[in-house]
Amino acid sequence: MNEPSALLPTATVAAPDPGLAAEASLRDWFTLLKPRVLTLVVFTGVVGLMVAPGHMHPVLAFAATLAITVAAGAAGAINMWYDRDIDAAMRRTRHRPIPAGRIPPDAALGYGVVLALGSVVVMELAANTLSAALLAASIAFYVFVYTMWLKRRTPQNIVIGGAAGAFPPLIGWAAATGSISALPLILFGIVFLWTPPHFWALALWANADYERVGVPMLPVVAGARATRRQIVVYTVLLVAASLLPWAAGYAGAVYGLSAAALGAGFLVSAWRVLTDRQDAVGRSLTKDAPARATFKYSILYLFVLFAALAVDKLAG
Amino acid sequence: MPPSMSRDKSQAIARRRRIRNRAMLVALLALSALFYAITLAKMARP
Repeated sequence: MNEPSALLPTATVAAPDPGLAAEASLRDWFTLLKPRVLTLVVFTGVVGLMVAPGHMHPVLAFAATLAITVAAGAAGAINMWYDRDIDAAMRRTRHRPIPAGRIPPDAALGYGVVLALGSVVVMELAANTLSAALLAASIAFYVFVYTMWLKRRTPQNIVIGGAAGAFPPLIGWAAATGSISALPLILFGIVFLWTPPHFWALALWANADYERVGVPMLPVVAGARATRRQIVVYTVLLVAASLLPWAAGYAGAVYGLSAAALGAGFLVSAWRVLTDRQDAVGRSLTKDAPARATFKYSILYLFVLFAALAVDKLAG
Repeated sequence: MPPSMSRDKSQAIARRRRIRNRAMLVALLALSALFYAITLAKMARP
């Protein structure tokens, strides 16, 4: 019998097949960690570690990177546990292991909690207390502030909750140095400002799904037209922030030129979202093609931007 | 396992359980190796 959702009465979470309960494939357990999100998160953490001054033993650097990876995955698993009711009702997520009944909710929660605790312990052992505390804070922020509190209550969920994804470069730096300074805070700010246009581009073309489950993403609450304007606003802020490392003398020309070129591309993308062919209420007549393109570009943008920072440091 | 389960299904479950158990063994061994490597690395620091 399916389990009715206390959070969303119209959605049901498939009860685990009694024969296959807790016997999900390894791929299912891996899927719980949201691997597609992990790559970018971990990469920004690695770059934070690489551009920090000083030298970290390779084994300790590897362990710190692993801790960041596992922590991000753990937060994703706990998020999937909590959001299993809305995941069951959304076309994009209904095949995830928990709503599809392949992994019992309690097992997923235990998995996430154990990984979260383990990652913090490994970070403490490999690096220092500051980085372990920041790692714990990032997990707690994502789970309690974003997932459990903001996501279902405010259209600013992404703006504030995006801070969770901005922690990794700060954590990487802290792991290498035992301290925090201006550059990692700027990197935090870059990822923080990147998150809204990234997720709102997604929300534009997944609007129907979010609307169905009542998640107050900006397009659901304020409409597509307002969301397009906000994407442009945040993109402008993001591009300005991305130039700060070069402007403040923390990075050289390699990074500066890369940030400028990437920023120009992002601005063009955002402009296309703003000027997409729309109906009278702002709904896209092109199936949100510019929004989809912007979403994909945003991932490439962040990856190349941080790669440029690392290259600049190595070249410098 | 429920008695009504087919042989194929019970074999599939047993197979997945073996794979999962092996994966957990590998993960535990890897974690032990990681702790050992971290210890050596920290002891080697001046």
